[in-house]
Amino acid sequence: MPELPPSLLSLDRPGSALSNSTGPIIDFAPDASCLDVEGLSLAYGGKPALRDLTLRVPRQRVTAFIGPSGCGKSTLLRALNRLHDLDETVSRQGSIRLEGQEIHAPEVAVDELRRRVGMVFQAPNPFPMSIYENVAFGLRLQGGMSRRRMNDIVEWALEAAALWGEVKDRLRASAWSLSIGQQQRLVIARTLAVRPEVLLLDEPASALDPISTLKIEELIRSLKSQLTLVLVTHNMQQAARVSDYTAFLHDGELVEYAPTASLFTNPRLARTENYITGRMA
Amino acid sequence: MNNLALIATVLIVMALAYQLGLTRSKAVAGSGERLHSRPGYYGVLVALWCGLPALLLFILWSVFEPGIIDLLVFQQLPPEVAAFSEREQQLVMRRIAALAAGQNVADPQDFERLAASQQARLEMLGHLSMLATMSIVAVVGLVVARRHVTPRLRARNHVEKAITALLATCSGVAILTTVGIILSMIGEAMNFFRFVSPVEFFFGTTWNPRFSSSGAGGQGEYGLLPLLWGTLMVSIIALLVAIPLGLMTAIYMAEYAPAWLRSVAKPVIEVLAGIPTIVYGFFALIVIGPFLSGFGELVGLNIRTTSALTAGLVMGIMIIPFVSSLSDDIITQVPKALRDGALGLGATKSETIRQVVLPAALPGIVGAFLLAASRAIGETMIVVLAAGNNPVLHANPFEAVSTITVTIVNQLTGDMDFASPQSLVAFALGLTLFVITLGLNVIALVVVRRYRQQYE
Ligand SMILES: Nc1ncnc2c1ncn2[C@@H]1O[C@H](COP(=O)(O)OP(=O)(O)OP(=O)(O)O)[C@@H](O)[C@H]1O
Ligand SMILES: [Mg+2]
Repeated sequence: MPELPPSLLSLDRPGSALSNSTGPIIDFAPDASCLDVEGLSLAYGGKPALRDLTLRVPRQRVTAFIGPSGCGKSTLLRALNRLHDLDETVSRQGSIRLEGQEIHAPEVAVDELRRRVGMVFQAPNPFPMSIYENVAFGLRLQGGMSRRRMNDIVEWALEAAALWGEVKDRLRASAWSLSIGQQQRLVIARTLAVRPEVLLLDEPASALDPISTLKIEELIRSLKSQLTLVLVTHNMQQAARVSDYTAFLHDGELVEYAPTASLFTNPRLARTENYITGRMA
Repeated sequence: MNNLALIATVLIVMALAYQLGLTRSKAVAGSGERLHSRPGYYGVLVALWCGLPALLLFILWSVFEPGIIDLLVFQQLPPEVAAFSEREQQLVMRRIAALAAGQNVADPQDFERLAASQQARLEMLGHLSMLATMSIVAVVGLVVARRHVTPRLRARNHVEKAITALLATCSGVAILTTVGIILSMIGEAMNFFRFVSPVEFFFGTTWNPRFSSSGAGGQGEYGLLPLLWGTLMVSIIALLVAIPLGLMTAIYMAEYAPAWLRSVAKPVIEVLAGIPTIVYGFFALIVIGPFLSGFGELVGLNIRTTSALTAGLVMGIMIIPFVSSLSDDIITQVPKALRDGALGLGATKSETIRQVVLPAALPGIVGAFLLAASRAIGETMIVVLAAGNNPVLHANPFEAVSTITVTIVNQLTGDMDFASPQSLVAFALGLTLFVITLGLNVIALVVVRRYRQQYE
């Protein structure tokens, strides 16, 4: 865990009338940042969803975004791999850099960006094809891969998503025949297969039973050594269990961002404390 | 009193009965016991008891009275009329009816005048007794129902039952009509198969139903295959036009078109389905046919003005909206999550559509195709005008063909004699057509329904 800057340590204790404070409280300087969001504002048809957001996502760590429903977590996640591009009602200001490179720069190919920044959605969305083809989908888009190599990668990805054992005998079966929990792991495997550098997970366990949720959480922890993870969740325990850093968003703004342990045990703002202790919807 | 006034009267009486039921229920409620239902339900119940039996009586009376009066009048006619042919007898009865209604008839005979006055008298009598019976039934119903209004009467449940019965009757009418049509088709088709064996009909390759009026003896040949083949040829050409055009339209509308264009273009395309088919027919005959044939000359092909191609082409244009509109709805229904998933893996928009959206929508789209196909197979006016009516088995789309629908039209226009195979064959053809389109529709519905369930 990174050292806390001394200047920030002198801040007041939680609940001690800091709730009026405006600007975000950012409680750490990440060692190596993978994604840099700077001054990001985003609006759907004039209705702002993100307001002047600045935060850094550290490399090879799990960063959790928490906040009440509608605060803009999914919007932020979708902005990170430019999924808003096709929606002409969306207007955006500000910059996002991936490993120092502005992702909105004209020379950045959006398909390449999305391969590097993979995304897993709230509800599993397997494609209407076989399990194998689902995982191979992104590989086929890139093309020029031998059959054998593709088989290897598919197996590796399913293995990495802790699904291989359950599906290795039915790779040709329709992906829609899997249980919801398996589908969600399949979707993760599909995303892993294209070897992303960043994995964005939007409430990946919200549709799952406790066992499947545990599997996903284990998976997230095990992936940390290879890539940067961003996790959106409504489950405080989950954020506390798997993430290294937690950002609390509210109404499109960053409220507080700190190492998970300190955010949960020692929030700086009353707003944050109210939310994580369940006093605010 | 004419029927309209009568029904209006019944309705007014029912309104009064409603009031009576209402006041009655309030009166019994006044005695302290709590009413089972709100007073309005008692009113409705009393009104129903008062009006429904009377209306039922009215319907039965209207159905059976004319027959009975006809029978009575006919029995009074002089004996020589009984010797007339059936047609002449019908004519006489019509003249009598006209006389009885006070209309002018060319030189009426004495016995006709007599019968007419008798018929008028009977009708008057019938009408009066109907009114009397209806009044009695209504009053009895009213009195009985009103007496039954007690706080414990479950008026609400009874009314509920009456409503259920009404709804069931309505759907029953629709279903019975369908069943009736099918049964009568089957019956008449059986009559036809008494003349021509089913094997000859379903597997015969020659269609030549010599009309009895044309003098030639024998009953002709009734091979279905040339017609079936003609139908298929035209429909396939139509689908070859409609499926690519319709599907691409749908993809553009669902995925690419800006909202304003979509809101304008969709209704415009759907207008295509609303154009009367006869208009398409003469459009084919007058514009497309000559154009195709001229074009054929240009490239050295012998294309007839009226041909399978002409009819198929125009029919294809007609069914574009069936394909495009349904496919559009189905493509739009594919969850956004699937698109996001593909885009998120770096797929372009067209890759996403081709590899994810269309496969996901495929069952539904196939359903749309099948519905369009059944529409094409049953289409009549366009082929009557533009296909050329040439019931010969051949594989040249530039030649004239005939279809099942066209042949039905041919067999049933002009002099008809429903004892001859020439007319009866229409029922066998109709039944064949019905089975084909029904089959396609059922498959299409099953496919579409299965598709819908995938996302539930
Ligand atoms: N496609 C869209 N069009 C218009 N407004 C949108 C759209 N998507 C989201 N919004 C709005 O943007 C705001 C942020 O939405 P977002 O989905 O990012 O919230 P969230 O934090 O992910 O909520 P949840 O926890 O419920 O998923 C909300 O007010 C929402 O209504
Ligand atoms: Mg969300």
